[in-house]
Amino acid sequence: MSSPDIGSDHADWRPSGTPDVLRIRAAMLRDTRSFFAERRVTEVQTPVLGTTTVTDPQIESLIVHGSRRYLQTSPEYHMKRLLAAGASSIYQIGPVFRAGERGRWHNPEFTMLEWYRLGFDAMRLMDEVADLVDVLLGHATYRRRSYAEIIRRRFGVAVDAHDACLETARGLGLARDAGIEDAHDLLLAEAIGTGRGQRLFVTDFPPQQAALARIGANGMAERFELVVDGIEVANGYHELRDADELESRMGADNRRRRAVGRPEVAADQRLLAAQRQGLPDCAGVAVGFDRLVALRLGVADIGETMAFDWDRA
Amino acid sequence: MASYSTNEFRPGLKVLLEGDPCSILASEFVKPGKGQAFTRVKLRNLKTGRVWERTYRSGETLDAADVLETQMEFLYTDGDFWHFMNTDGSFEQKEASATVVGDVKGWLQGQEMCSVTLWNDEPISVVAPNFVELAVTETDPGIRGDTAQGGTKPATLATGATIKVPLFVEIGDVLRIDTRTGEYVSRVKA
Repeated sequence: MSSPDIGSDHADWRPSGTPDVLRIRAAMLRDTRSFFAERRVTEVQTPVLGTTTVTDPQIESLIVHGSRRYLQTSPEYHMKRLLAAGASSIYQIGPVFRAGERGRWHNPEFTMLEWYRLGFDAMRLMDEVADLVDVLLGHATYRRRSYAEIIRRRFGVAVDAHDACLETARGLGLARDAGIEDAHDLLLAEAIGTGRGQRLFVTDFPPQQAALARIGANGMAERFELVVDGIEVANGYHELRDADELESRMGADNRRRRAVGRPEVAADQRLLAAQRQGLPDCAGVAVGFDRLVALRLGVADIGETMAFDWDRA
Repeated sequence: MASYSTNEFRPGLKVLLEGDPCSILASEFVKPGKGQAFTRVKLRNLKTGRVWERTYRSGETLDAADVLETQMEFLYTDGDFWHFMNTDGSFEQKEASATVVGDVKGWLQGQEMCSVTLWNDEPISVVAPNFVELAVTETDPGIRGDTAQGGTKPATLATGATIKVPLFVEIGDVLRIDTRTGEYVSRVKA
């Protein structure tokens, strides 16, 4: 079936990004590489195709036909193996892939900038993320607010009052059979989605949403997100080092995957072995580069920042 | 019954929500990087015209609504029902209740081509042509020569509807009316 706006003359051969946009994108890539060169962070390239992939319950990987390999959803696992093997601070800019994520702010193939800083904690890495975003989008002020505070200010409910959170999320149209994780996701998405003209770091995520961040002394995950103009652009952790805890979280991910009928994903034994060897104390962050370009340009569709978006690729 | 998953939602799609037929106006994919994917939808209830907003988790489905937009000619009203006919050669007729026709009845005297929305083959809404021509049956006497000044007065049309008209309009004049605004456009003939 072909889209109605695409005739037999393949009018969709044209790029989705204009030459001017692609020049700005190229300049932003150059500025990013200069930023890290000045700070002596080394650029690396890790495989786009891997034999394993992430266990995240809400991220689906694409499998390349005939290879039984996964297109990587982020370079995280490979980069952590480099760190465990003695690499210094490293960064990577490259394509990543997530099945089924398509919308104005999502393209199943997108460009991720990811970096790891030895000896940094979440606070110090947030400062560096702000420095980079200042370079790419121009200077602005940044607010830091905890996950719980954002939800409380917007909806007047405590994040650990699960019944109240579920009730509020149902008021926004969430189905009655949805669980607390879905309710939290919806409340946060609603609360940050209206922050035009703001740069906001969301900090102190609930421990159920720690992903690969360590749990801090206050019982909250040392995880942060940067939201610019209501759009999530970065997700970072003071990285979890404990291999047993990592294995147990991967198991928990798979229990959640099973519960919602998603395929289970085998835990990456090489990552576990690397972390048993020892991941240095570090913080890492992933940035959606296309979204930064869109925010710089003031466009509301990341397809316009790419040479060819998903529908034209 | 056919159904649509969130990834098939797009503007114009007709779905059933809480038993009523709705048309999707806008659909947006929302997903926290590590979180649940949602589809935020705006829908127009085709029976009431009201706009609803809903949020679905990706993969949830809505049943399809058997909704058809047709062009039909208005024939006549018997007072309880307004009768429309297909002009595609089938001469098939449909009757719409006063509730379904609503304020549109003030623009219909016969032979107008209307957009009729059918749900399960029954009319649920009627939209009049953008412009209709109707005769004035009642209004205060016209003020001769006053074709430029701004004043208006009420006038009753052949259908019983009342609109504001310029002061020079007289009984028997045929007026062109914009049904979208309910406003006088011009005098067709004196």
